[in-house]
Amino acid sequence: MKLSAAGLGWQAGHRMIVEGVSVEIAAGETFGLVGPNGSGKSTLLRLMAGLLPRPQGVVQLDGTPLTSLPRREIARRIAFVEQQAETTEALRARDVVALGRTPWLSALAPFGAADVGIVAASLRQVGMEDMALRAWSTLSGGERQRVQIARALAQQPRLLVLDEPTNHLDIHHQLALLRLISRLPVTVVLALHDLNQAMGCDRLGVMEAGRMVACGPPARVLTPDRLMNIFRVRATRLKDPDDGASLFRFHCLED
Amino acid sequence: MRAAARPGPLMRPLVLWGVPGFAALAVAILAGVVIGETPLPFGMVAAVFANHLLEAGHVVDPIDAGIIWNYRLPRTLVAAACGAGLALSGVVLQAIVRNALADPYLLGVSAGASTGAVAVTILGLGGGMIGISTGAFVGATLAFALVAALARAAGGGSAQLVLAGIAGSQLFNALTSFFIAKSANAEQARGIIYWLLGNLSGVRWPDVSLALPVVACGFVICLWFVRALDAFTFGTSSAASLGISVRRVQVVLIGMTTLMTATMVSLVGSIGFVGLVIPHAMRFLTGPGHARLIPASALAGAVFLIAADVTSRIIIPGQVVPIGVVTALVGAPGFALILIHNRSRA
Repeated sequence: MKLSAAGLGWQAGHRMIVEGVSVEIAAGETFGLVGPNGSGKSTLLRLMAGLLPRPQGVVQLDGTPLTSLPRREIARRIAFVEQQAETTEALRARDVVALGRTPWLSALAPFGAADVGIVAASLRQVGMEDMALRAWSTLSGGERQRVQIARALAQQPRLLVLDEPTNHLDIHHQLALLRLISRLPVTVVLALHDLNQAMGCDRLGVMEAGRMVACGPPARVLTPDRLMNIFRVRATRLKDPDDGASLFRFHCLED
Repeated sequence: MRAAARPGPLMRPLVLWGVPGFAALAVAILAGVVIGETPLPFGMVAAVFANHLLEAGHVVDPIDAGIIWNYRLPRTLVAAACGAGLALSGVVLQAIVRNALADPYLLGVSAGASTGAVAVTILGLGGGMIGISTGAFVGATLAFALVAALARAAGGGSAQLVLAGIAGSQLFNALTSFFIAKSANAEQARGIIYWLLGNLSGVRWPDVSLALPVVACGFVICLWFVRALDAFTFGTSSAASLGISVRRVQVVLIGMTTLMTATMVSLVGSIGFVGLVIPHAMRFLTGPGHARLIPASALAGAVFLIAADVTSRIIIPGQVVPIGVVTALVGAPGFALILIHNRSRA
């Protein structure tokens, strides 16, 4: 599903958190957002998912403005995975994934056999089918993140928005999660902190102080100059002799 | 595997849980009518019921018949309605504000309702145009709005909400005392203070026809919103991303909770801990899913409050203990258990 945003902005009190962001994301694309802490990545993701009150600008899904869609219709198209999800309820992994069916159900169309199948398939997609009956409180950070992604998949969205999904995960689970996301047959927008991981996206948007200052293929966007100005690091580009992929080594500029 | 995971047809849980549940409710109602200062034999109760419902024409002492039909039965039915309403209010508030300690009593809603009811009764607020239950509803709404605003201003955390609830309760209880001190004579003051602790003595049939429809309505609304309540598990933002119109659901459900609480307070005074302890006890039985938790809590709340009422009538021979005292004696230890249990989960 194609997402186009024009003049997106959001204000908290008198402070602009995000300002004047316009971007088009093609169907099937994996679009990454990078930027220093507090640059507005999370807020921009929430704006794109229609989750913030009183937004400035317009978000369109396949040409339909988000504001013209009821919440329920938005939830059938866009699924959102937060940085961290917490609950004290004694839920099992399967119950959490079943929440993803919410926008498709009503008092007159209750949870049925088809939904059971979708929940099972979503758990399988993230490799959690054996842990379906595990209690949420006993899951590790990586398992919880995978369950939340399975919940998002159970929404059967055409656009998946993830806010720093690899946070709090060990390196194996970070890579496994990114591979899983890249294989999903949906449009993906995600915020990332690790710039080497961000190199795996189709395109990147670079955020600085609430504005998107660059947008394009990773290799063209993440230039040593920009990394120095925005991220305040000196970056050396290296080549992996194994497959020729380029990666960065960073040096701190201030001491 | 797949077949085992598939939810059974609607009838199976209904038979498994509904039949014992309603049987327990029926037994509790019967016990509420049979047990009291003058124990009345079951056969006589059956005869009176038959006379009224089937025009059977059994010969029963008119005084006993009056106690059964005009006094104990309405009292028991209102107890059931109050218990169900308060338990439902607890479930809904706990889900919507995501706080295990949310309950109309702790959040000051009951205190606000008491203030509203007292303002109408002794200050004559509204000049006779406003009924006691309307006054209670206005008071309850004001109290909730104040507590919610204070909790928000204080940072919006779980602890802040409970502290704001304490501040709200104290304020509205103080207002109630102030009104009583200012305008009530000694006789009125005694009556009101007794009523504030929870008292079902004055309940008659007209009270039943107010309490039952309000609770039935609240129950149906809760059932309608079970999925929305589930969707609040991971917070309001997550609920919104699952397609819930958060503001609309909050307004409808909190409004309904306030209405139920206000109605109950205006009828029987302020009864604590039912909304807190019953939902938590039921979560152990049914799990956190609201499709089961809502009916289970309503039933258990009804049975619990009937039992509390019966206890309040017989625990001290010749005297009725305020029902709020009984629920607090059971509820306070329950509250302590919830606190300890939550620590182990945090």
